[in-house]
Amino acid sequence: MPEQSLASIFLGACLINNFVLAYFLGICPFLGVSGKIATASRMGAAVTFVMLVSSLCAYAIHAALAAIGALYLQLVSFIVVIAAAVQLVEMVVRKYSPALFRALGIFLPLITTNCAILALALFQTSKGYGLLQCLVYALGAGAGFTLALVLMAGIREKLELAELPDLATGTAISLFIAGILSLAFMGFAGLGA
Amino acid sequence: MSATVPGPGSPADDLLRGLWRENPVFVQVLGMCPTLAVSNSALNALTMGLATAFVLCLSSLLISLLRHVVPREVRIASFILVIATFVTVVDYLIQAISLALHAALGAFISLIVVNCIILGRAEAFAARNGPLRSFLDGLGMGLGFTLALLCLGGVRELLGSGSLFGIGVFGSQFEPWTVMLLPSGGFFTLGAWLLAIAWWRRRREAGARVQEAN
Repeated sequence: MPEQSLASIFLGACLINNFVLAYFLGICPFLGVSGKIATASRMGAAVTFVMLVSSLCAYAIHAALAAIGALYLQLVSFIVVIAAAVQLVEMVVRKYSPALFRALGIFLPLITTNCAILALALFQTSKGYGLLQCLVYALGAGAGFTLALVLMAGIREKLELAELPDLATGTAISLFIAGILSLAFMGFAGLGA
Repeated sequence: MSATVPGPGSPADDLLRGLWRENPVFVQVLGMCPTLAVSNSALNALTMGLATAFVLCLSSLLISLLRHVVPREVRIASFILVIATFVTVVDYLIQAISLALHAALGAFISLIVVNCIILGRAEAFAARNGPLRSFLDGLGMGLGFTLALLCLGGVRELLGSGSLFGIGVFGSQFEPWTVMLLPSGGFFTLGAWLLAIAWWRRRREAGARVQEAN
């Protein structure tokens, strides 16, 4: 696995095994923050950034824990590092871009419990990627997450104007749309070889 | 109906609330990721449900015991640590019981840590109530989650491979509906369940109105 080219890692994480539509990771923000394209793309950018930071940290932690033979601490230390990374991002964003900070609101701290980020740390460890591969993998996963979020937001903006039966509004219709998007993404399966 | 529902605050209510009235998946729409990802067969769904219920019970209990010790500022971080510890225990437990099952569930056992149901119950209930009530609440929510997973896993396995818990149901002439086992099948099944429940609720409300009018 580690001999994979960087391009195929990126495409794999972004399209073929899209974190949201093929692995079901990060469904909560996918259903929660996909109301408007502008918010969705900002959320995607924040998640991608946290993914890069935590991927870097997870790589270092895994190496350190493997060196002292305490791999059972892996899960606990990953989640602590992710929580710290999110806190860091929150502080940086608040200092340098108060407007973006207000736009993201509660969803910024909630990135901690976004399972896509913990899953990324776990997947890269189990695949045994090197440092550069890890970063590309994180970038691909983040791009895939953003893509799914923006596509969903675009469809939902149009949906506002459609006439729906009362029963189907809200989560149910979002789930059906997600299902159809997921079917469409299966078309990318041929890319991987 | 209201005569049979136990009053709020009683132990029976703590336990039963999570099963149906405040079912974490169907009513609160929490914990979507594991719900959709591992519900492609009834057995996977059952294992995942029970593992989550175990973590939910024990972490609710421990968090409730610690609720006066932990300062408010660091409570979320401490909750996550408690949850992650129990998840590590479950991870090794399932590995010891069945390696095949562990491989089928993959990273999703570790991902119980970020299941929002658990942190949600810790913050909303266990941090404010005594150990016994928190334990019952965790058990109820955990069983409710298991029930919802079984509903999804059962339907998807039945349609996707024509079997239930690995036992063939429809016989050999049944053409498996493969899409139900794929990710999109999970979205469709959950959407259909939510629709069915919304429809059922509306019917019951309409029925209650007719009775009142008479």
